[in-house]
Amino acid sequence: MLLTAISNRPRSWSIPPSLLNTLSVFLLIGLILLSLSIGVADFSWSGLWQALLQSMGQASSSGGAAAVENTDLQLLLLSRLPRTLAIILTGASLSVAGMILQVVLKNRFVDPSMVGATQSASLGLLLVSLYLPTSALFTKMVFAVLCAIGGMVLFMRLIKRLPPTDFLMVPLVGIVFGGIVEAITVFIAYQTESLQLLTVWRFGDFSTILAGRYELLYLTGALAAMAYILADKLTIVGLGDAIAINLGVNQRLVTWFVIITVAMISAVVVVTVGAIPFVGLVVPNIISRMMGDRLRRCLPAVALLGASLVLLCDIVGRSIRYPYEIPVATVFGVIGALVFLWLLMRQPDTH
Amino acid sequence: MLNSTIESLKNSTATAQKPKALTAPRSRSASLTATVATRPVWIALAVLLISVLLFMGLNAHGNWDFILAFRGKKLLALLIVGYSIGVSTLLFQSLTHNPILTPALLGFDALYVLIQSLLVYFLGASNLFSQQPLLKFAIEIGLMVAASLLLFRFLFTRSSQNLSRLILAGIIFGVLFRSLSSLIARLINPEDFVVIQAASFAQFNTINPMMMWASLAICVASAVYIWRWRHQVDVLMLGKAHALNLGVDYQALTRKLLIVIAVLVATATAFVGPVIFLGLLVCALTNRLSKAMYHSERLVLVSLIAMICLVLGQTFFEQVLGMAGVLSVVIELLGGVVFIMLILSQYRPQKA
Repeated sequence: MLLTAISNRPRSWSIPPSLLNTLSVFLLIGLILLSLSIGVADFSWSGLWQALLQSMGQASSSGGAAAVENTDLQLLLLSRLPRTLAIILTGASLSVAGMILQVVLKNRFVDPSMVGATQSASLGLLLVSLYLPTSALFTKMVFAVLCAIGGMVLFMRLIKRLPPTDFLMVPLVGIVFGGIVEAITVFIAYQTESLQLLTVWRFGDFSTILAGRYELLYLTGALAAMAYILADKLTIVGLGDAIAINLGVNQRLVTWFVIITVAMISAVVVVTVGAIPFVGLVVPNIISRMMGDRLRRCLPAVALLGASLVLLCDIVGRSIRYPYEIPVATVFGVIGALVFLWLLMRQPDTH
Repeated sequence: MLNSTIESLKNSTATAQKPKALTAPRSRSASLTATVATRPVWIALAVLLISVLLFMGLNAHGNWDFILAFRGKKLLALLIVGYSIGVSTLLFQSLTHNPILTPALLGFDALYVLIQSLLVYFLGASNLFSQQPLLKFAIEIGLMVAASLLLFRFLFTRSSQNLSRLILAGIIFGVLFRSLSSLIARLINPEDFVVIQAASFAQFNTINPMMMWASLAICVASAVYIWRWRHQVDVLMLGKAHALNLGVDYQALTRKLLIVIAVLVATATAFVGPVIFLGLLVCALTNRLSKAMYHSERLVLVSLIAMICLVLGQTFFEQVLGMAGVLSVVIELLGGVVFIMLILSQYRPQKA
């Protein structure tokens, strides 16, 4: 009901999707190049090219012994490229998670950190790190995912009792619910003197990303792709239970798919980089203003814009106080909160 | 069980007999006369006395001169904070005619932290004010009053019809202020950062004595003013139209109340840092315990309850469980649960 109301509104910036996507791709490529070249260590593209040419020449003549000394290439492969890839995967998957959550919950104002998923994931991570400190990263992640699913299911039961007309109550209860889970987490961390551990998960930061430390994030990329495959079913569920049943879509199953996908994406992002607020909220809102809510059409744009926006925030965080870095969560907190307030204030009253 | 006794006693008599002291710290010496158990205020006062005694006396071994001075200072700080948060929240709820709005929910205390951060950012931690904390405090309070009037006007002119949008916007403003504060914290040098860090986390253990006397003075002065306005605030509760009809200068009173609320929020935040849900918790308790709508009773009761929560809670966590720092976390937890219960209970009658 709400969704149709929004998509029927005259779209002020009506741009054809293909043009928008092309522009987004160019923007993303530009940002990727920028992101690869900004950082504390010395890095120059010309040096890289020279070294590459040199090493190719040497490789053809006398083997790859000289490649080890090539610091520019090493820097690119070990730090810059993994970091940029991690940012793109995080931004795209968080935005997609936010989008499918918004469509299926039929509420414009939710995102993974407003339904208790992110906070429950870090609670789960804390618990598993305390009680099974030797477990592998994968075990930790599975536990975090389970906790995130549990938190989301609890939240869904809570909001069932809210009136469907007041759609802003859902994010409100969600924020407070997340706060409660976070308070429990902080309490446990305080008791076990692991607050410092917790800070890593609570404030997203890409500065620790190196090759070998971000590969879990490819899983989120796969999940986002799966959401794209199922896009039509998700859209139908977003139209309402009656329509979904009428069209033969099992909406319970699809809702569970969304819960599990969102939980897994949030958990993986929390494990590898830490929580980033508002990404899953701001990006889908911008895109659905331009393209509406047909997921098959708008999911690629959501993913592209999400990647660009997080990348931009990370570049800002890296350059605003060069050579020190500001965590991306802080930068995005400021920008995301401003955009969210703007969205909130332009929305007309429904009462 | 305390609640049930108070609940049963509360309905017995409800004459508007005026309690003597608004600021409870000084009514500690007031003797418990025989006519005590007729009103919730007196019971709350008795409980507060007991918790004060527990706070001062539990596990106190050794030199009493030291203990009295050390714990007395902390106790006074807790009482000041309890009074400030309780009264400011109750007044805010009366002003906005709403039992789930609090200044903290709308981001007022995050605003104060942001103002502190901005001052440190533009002037540096070791500026000319570092020698004169009182002057700095005064400037902060002045800025806080101006900024909260602006914030209040913005929030309430743009979204007065829709309560959930109002609260959501307030919460997001809080997030924005907190993010800006932490952004500033990253932009300044480490010595200055320590100053901001101390300001932006709730803690009940480190207290600056100089600030304490200034805050006590603010509390007493505000108490006098609020006590004089109490009947006007009662009328305000009837709604804007009735209040205007009955001769209350609505605009002026609203502005005066907002200024007092901003000053009290600044005082409490300067002391312990932001505590988001304490005000909501104690006001919800007060509204349950006291069915009388008169502010002469509710203002006293809410400050007593807030003081009890803080003093008893701190005693319990510090002396019984041996965990000094977690009181604020537990308050956030309980307050969040109360908030969700309040919202759900508000919607139950509509559903039925």
